Amino acid sequence: MEHIAWMAWTLPTAIFFVMLALTLGVMTWLAAAYPEAERVGVLRIPTTRGDRLFISLVLAAVIHLLWIALVGIDPLLTLPIGEGVEISSLWLATLISLVSAVAIFRTV
Amino acid sequence: MDKTINQKAWFLVLPVFLVVAFSAVLPLMTVVNYSMQDTFGNNQFFWNGVGWFKELLDPSTDLGGRFLASLGRNLLFSAIILAIEVPLGIVVALSMPRQGWTVAVCLVILALPLLIPWNVVGTIWQIFGRPDIGLLGYTLNSLGIDYNYVSNEFDAWATVIVMDVWHWTSLVALLCYAGLKSIPDAYYQAAQIDGASRWAVFKAIQLPKMNRVLLIAVLLRFMDSFMIYTEPFVVTGGGPGNSTTFVSIELVKIALGQFDLGKAAALSLVYNLIILIVCWIFYTVMTNAGAERPEKKGAA
Repeated sequence: MEHIAWMAWTLPTAIFFVMLALTLGVMTWLAAAYPEAERVGVLRIPTTRGDRLFISLVLAAVIHLLWIALVGIDPLLTLPIGEGVEISSLWLATLISLVSAVAIFRTV
Repeated sequence: MDKTINQKAWFLVLPVFLVVAFSAVLPLMTVVNYSMQDTFGNNQFFWNGVGWFKELLDPSTDLGGRFLASLGRNLLFSAIILAIEVPLGIVVALSMPRQGWTVAVCLVILALPLLIPWNVVGTIWQIFGRPDIGLLGYTLNSLGIDYNYVSNEFDAWATVIVMDVWHWTSLVALLCYAGLKSIPDAYYQAAQIDGASRWAVFKAIQLPKMNRVLLIAVLLRFMDSFMIYTEPFVVTGGGPGNSTTFVSIELVKIALGQFDLGKAAALSLVYNLIILIVCWIFYTVMTNAGAERPEKKGAA
């Protein structure tokens, strides 16, 4: 591991990238196995599944940044595990992102 | 039913993807890792969560204040150069000859500034504007205009903007010229028969036909000016004070000057996100502009 120490991997960022890679893998498989037609949604631009995923991801990044800037990252609650695990209110932004992603996949 | 798109050709892109993985994806992942941590060098990192992002987006902190100020300056700079270069480029393209040997001369002259490396452009203007030995600076001061880009904020801005206009208006002009050349003669003949004025020809024929290339020009000029580093760095070094410190100059100061890799990583990710969003909007508008998607009707 010494030779990749400069990359400064941590468990949370590794989980993030693994999930991103899995998502891309699934999308690639979907595109190959079940080809789809473009459709025009509420944005009035033709989109494929990939476009909708891209919009969802970018919007998720914007939502998280806006949440950090406007609401903050104070702990929402503390779980009674060990010395107490604090749950950041940022998870609410993640929840909003997921809901918006579902909406985007249905309507855009 | 609409025809489905066969996406399998994308597999052919795999080799390129592997190359890009080494040159772009791995570094980008590293930047994401850095943005969540703090380091004092020697590959020792300390978890900081989204702390840098919190600081970056809070105008009351040093980092946030610097980021938002440089972002504001950068947007102002982009707006000003677009407002000058696009109309100027159109005027230059319209006044260029359509045929004869002068076409080649004009094209070569226009292409010259585009061929000069950015730091050389910076050096040229840095010397050109000096009040003691520079032609521009010396002349202006001899005329009684107190011009000094090293000490006066307005002069520094004027120099950087004029330099960018000098460097890049050609690009807009060349793109517009290409757009103009593609208009068939029949349009002009019809306009002549109708007795259309010069302005009417421009508004009804030339501008709509240049729509596409103008979008490309605006996109290219916006992205370039939003990421500008070398020229202002060479001419003003971001000064006087911080008055011409644009986002990329601030970024390099934080990353290499202060060695605050975490802060710099958070900044570059937000910077990247802004550029990504703007690019996507431009790209989407560009690929859908004017195209009524006739293939849709055919496939139905």
